[in-house]
Amino acid sequence: MADVTVGIVVFPGSNCDHDTEYAVASFPGAKPVMLWHNDHDLKGCDAVILPGGFSYGDYLRCGSIARFSPLMREVIDFAGKGRPVLGICNGFQVLVECGLLEGALIRNAGRKFVSRQTTISVANNTTIFTDRYEKGEVLRVPVAHGEGNYIASPETIESLESNGQVAFRYTDAGGNATEEANFNGSMNNIAGIVNRQGNVLGLMPHPERASEALLGSEDGRRLFESLFAHLGGA
Amino acid sequence: MNTEPEVNLKLAQEHGLNEEEYAKICDVLGRTPSFTELGIYSVMWSEHCSYKNSIAVLKTLPRDGASLLTQAGEENAGLVDIGDNLAVAFKIESHNHPSAVEPYQGAATGVGGIHRDIFTMGARPVASLDSLRFGSPRDPRVRYLVDGVVRGIGDYGNSFGVPTVAGEIYFEECYTGNPLVNAMSVGLVEHHKTVSATALGKGNPVLIVGSSTGRDGIHGATFASEELSEASEDKRPSVQVGDPFAEKLLLEATLEAIATGAVSGLQDMGAAGLTSSTSEMSARGIEKTGSGGIEIDLDLTPAREKGMTAYELMLSESQERMLIVAEKGREQEIIDVYKKWDVNAVVIGQVTDDNMLRVRQHGEVVAEIPAMSLVLGGGAPVYIREAVEKKPDTPAADLVTDSSLDFKALSLQLLSRPNIASKAWVYQQYDSMVQTNTVTPAGQTDAAVIRIKGTKKGLAMKTDCNSRYVYLNPKAGGAIAVAECARNIACTGAKPLAVTNCLNFGNPYKPEVYFQFKTAVEGMGDACRMFDTPVTGGNVSFYNETSLGGERTAIYPTPTIGMIGLLDDIGNLVESTFREAGDAIVLLGDPELALDGSEYLVMQYGTPGADSPAVDLKHEKNLQELLVTLAAKKLVNSAHDVSDGGLAVTLAEKSIMNHDRMLGFEVDLECANSDSAARQKLLFSEAQGRVVISVDPGKAGAVIEEADRLNVPVRVIGKVLPVGASIAVNGKPVAEFSIDELLHAYNHALESALHLEEL
Repeated sequence: MADVTVGIVVFPGSNCDHDTEYAVASFPGAKPVMLWHNDHDLKGCDAVILPGGFSYGDYLRCGSIARFSPLMREVIDFAGKGRPVLGICNGFQVLVECGLLEGALIRNAGRKFVSRQTTISVANNTTIFTDRYEKGEVLRVPVAHGEGNYIASPETIESLESNGQVAFRYTDAGGNATEEANFNGSMNNIAGIVNRQGNVLGLMPHPERASEALLGSEDGRRLFESLFAHLGGA
Repeated sequence: MNTEPEVNLKLAQEHGLNEEEYAKICDVLGRTPSFTELGIYSVMWSEHCSYKNSIAVLKTLPRDGASLLTQAGEENAGLVDIGDNLAVAFKIESHNHPSAVEPYQGAATGVGGIHRDIFTMGARPVASLDSLRFGSPRDPRVRYLVDGVVRGIGDYGNSFGVPTVAGEIYFEECYTGNPLVNAMSVGLVEHHKTVSATALGKGNPVLIVGSSTGRDGIHGATFASEELSEASEDKRPSVQVGDPFAEKLLLEATLEAIATGAVSGLQDMGAAGLTSSTSEMSARGIEKTGSGGIEIDLDLTPAREKGMTAYELMLSESQERMLIVAEKGREQEIIDVYKKWDVNAVVIGQVTDDNMLRVRQHGEVVAEIPAMSLVLGGGAPVYIREAVEKKPDTPAADLVTDSSLDFKALSLQLLSRPNIASKAWVYQQYDSMVQTNTVTPAGQTDAAVIRIKGTKKGLAMKTDCNSRYVYLNPKAGGAIAVAECARNIACTGAKPLAVTNCLNFGNPYKPEVYFQFKTAVEGMGDACRMFDTPVTGGNVSFYNETSLGGERTAIYPTPTIGMIGLLDDIGNLVESTFREAGDAIVLLGDPELALDGSEYLVMQYGTPGADSPAVDLKHEKNLQELLVTLAAKKLVNSAHDVSDGGLAVTLAEKSIMNHDRMLGFEVDLECANSDSAARQKLLFSEAQGRVVISVDPGKAGAVIEEADRLNVPVRVIGKVLPVGASIAVNGKPVAEFSIDELLHAYNHALESALHLEEL
């Protein structure tokens, strides 16, 4: 079994970088390496993760400065070659800012930062990030963000839906995409999407915070497992 | 050049110094101080920096313990050994006055400041807690303050990347114009990586790192040392502005710089900025080795604006700055690390051996002061104020004894009180999980618990103070604040270890306020000695007073306690809420029941009563030991103490606080006299030293045996049900609820009381 090297980007202001490193390191065969925003070197990694946090302080629009960092040019090239890129929370915001994913993430409908456990369901289990889940399976994965309200033009939403690019939705415990479950106001209860090629995933919930029973949920583990298995590891 | 004002007694008085203090300064210097020197003395001798009216009393607190690695006041925060080569640095501090005039920035910089105190010791902050007090939620300005403070804490902590894991929020009229914002930070450090806030080694370079110095926050420390008034609004410029991103960079760069081994000493710049950091680091060096001192050149200090005077540069409280003493010749290593993180690091001076703090600007010496004369424990004044007891004239309640009381309605009403209802609206705005150590969500354990990566251990932490009790009886109230904190920690299975405190009081020049202060500290000291939980540091905030109905009133005396505890095996963690239907419900502790000081009395009779609840410290100690033992032996399925609202509220909380596992209960309480007065006490008394646990019926015998061994009264009072909740007295039903009714009362009452939709 080959080792999988997972690059984790460290922007100034990233604050889930070490959490992600800790979660990745818990998988046998997966090796995290930290990638500095100011470098041009992806250190030969097999996949890139953009972690949560407040890159460059996010005093402007979230992720809007990070997209210009030297390393992001490499990440965009990497994604363009069909290599896997995963953006979690702030990482998702960076991915939509740099155009690797469609749409935008605006302020939560309630205008407040929301930190809590949520339930999301797997809308597409045929991607490289989700194929270890059942379709429609309900997962417990926490969120913590102020700007996670996903919006896009009606045409984009339509094409995301028809191409199966919606990976996760906010649902109730029974898997129903209710308004109550959609705490941040996202269109179509969207919690995570992939690009058309399926090699870039962005999601607002934090799978690295749901990777240990001790912390209340292990439901995020199979996201990493799916990816690492696809890369020939674990 | 600006012409500086002439220094004389009048100017000194405008700086908050009295005649005697000014004379002492002239005497120490042997001349009239320069304007800059006057500014330096005025902040260093302010209450905030010098503790001049409190230090004599604080020294009566127990400050020794086997696991303490530093003593109170020695460093920026307390340091406690927890084994595995790890130590916990922790401290609580107030940011009351800034939050009163600018709630968002005031609270944000309070959080930023306390985290800097922790990472300046080399520790990485791993958790924060916030203890908040506001006026009545019906007051529109209070709503504005609540919203701003909560957003300020959230935005700073969320961005900085430290989980906010616990806290408290209370509403009492006395805090209307003077809210309390007390922030606590907890950090972890390996023993060999700690750094001291000491300037040692003649010729070692002194660096300023972090943000540039601007004109913000000048005289913040002095502002914090006087009463708020109408004119306080004009002091908004005394409130600093926070930048969590800058602090995050400062944190990462600082920990990386420490790892190079080139850092000899380090202190953050909080109150009184460059002044306090240079003088306190100098003084520690002099105390340790007999000689020391620092000289700096302000022309080298990065400034935000041109033309800043020496006075302004020395007194600025611009945030996110630190002072570093480097090992000579290795300063470039430090500068390189900060540069990598895009943070300023500039050599501005050096360590000397003439015991002076010397400041130059434009080639001239603008201040030259014996460093020891500035600091607490050196030349700063120490006062013992007059203390006179003034008992509150609140009446005892005449309890109704007829049978007309609807205990169900009263219980639900109590659950909806802002002081008791769910605080989800607050804590859901705080990232509680970043760093992936937070083991249970808010409200599901009596104290927050984080696991310590790489070990089996867990760290429990809590803040607590029921200021109504302290108001009614300062000594008992002070002891109860410590006892409740320790009880909460023990409920999780953790052993209480050490204490930090934030003592919020009124004007110490008022004898009745000074009496409250002195007496509350006595009570705290008694409890800390009994529990073997030494006080490692903290802060004092006096002058918390505002006008209510045209009359100047002090706040309720509020000695907020922050405590940490250690859980040897995180697998033994005990949650607050019921776990299994069929479990026996057991009440530990059997004190005499009274309603004095209770939330119920305030709600139903409009008076807090004539006294606080009584406290039996020996019993509390036994109770803590029992809880820790039961957890270690895995004999208990949940533990939650009886506090605000009494037993009815405790049972309801055990039923509904874990939304994924809500369970009902039936409880039958025995009582010799079951008239209405007795029932009110049974359900709503806040008598101390009680914990409700739930136990597998097969283990109840073993639990009772352990309790008997430790002399803790124990009684089975009911059992856990899948659904439905009922309380009976002597077999006769008193109140029955559905879980939904409890949830409905508890869940959104705080938002409703605050009318938050209108914000």
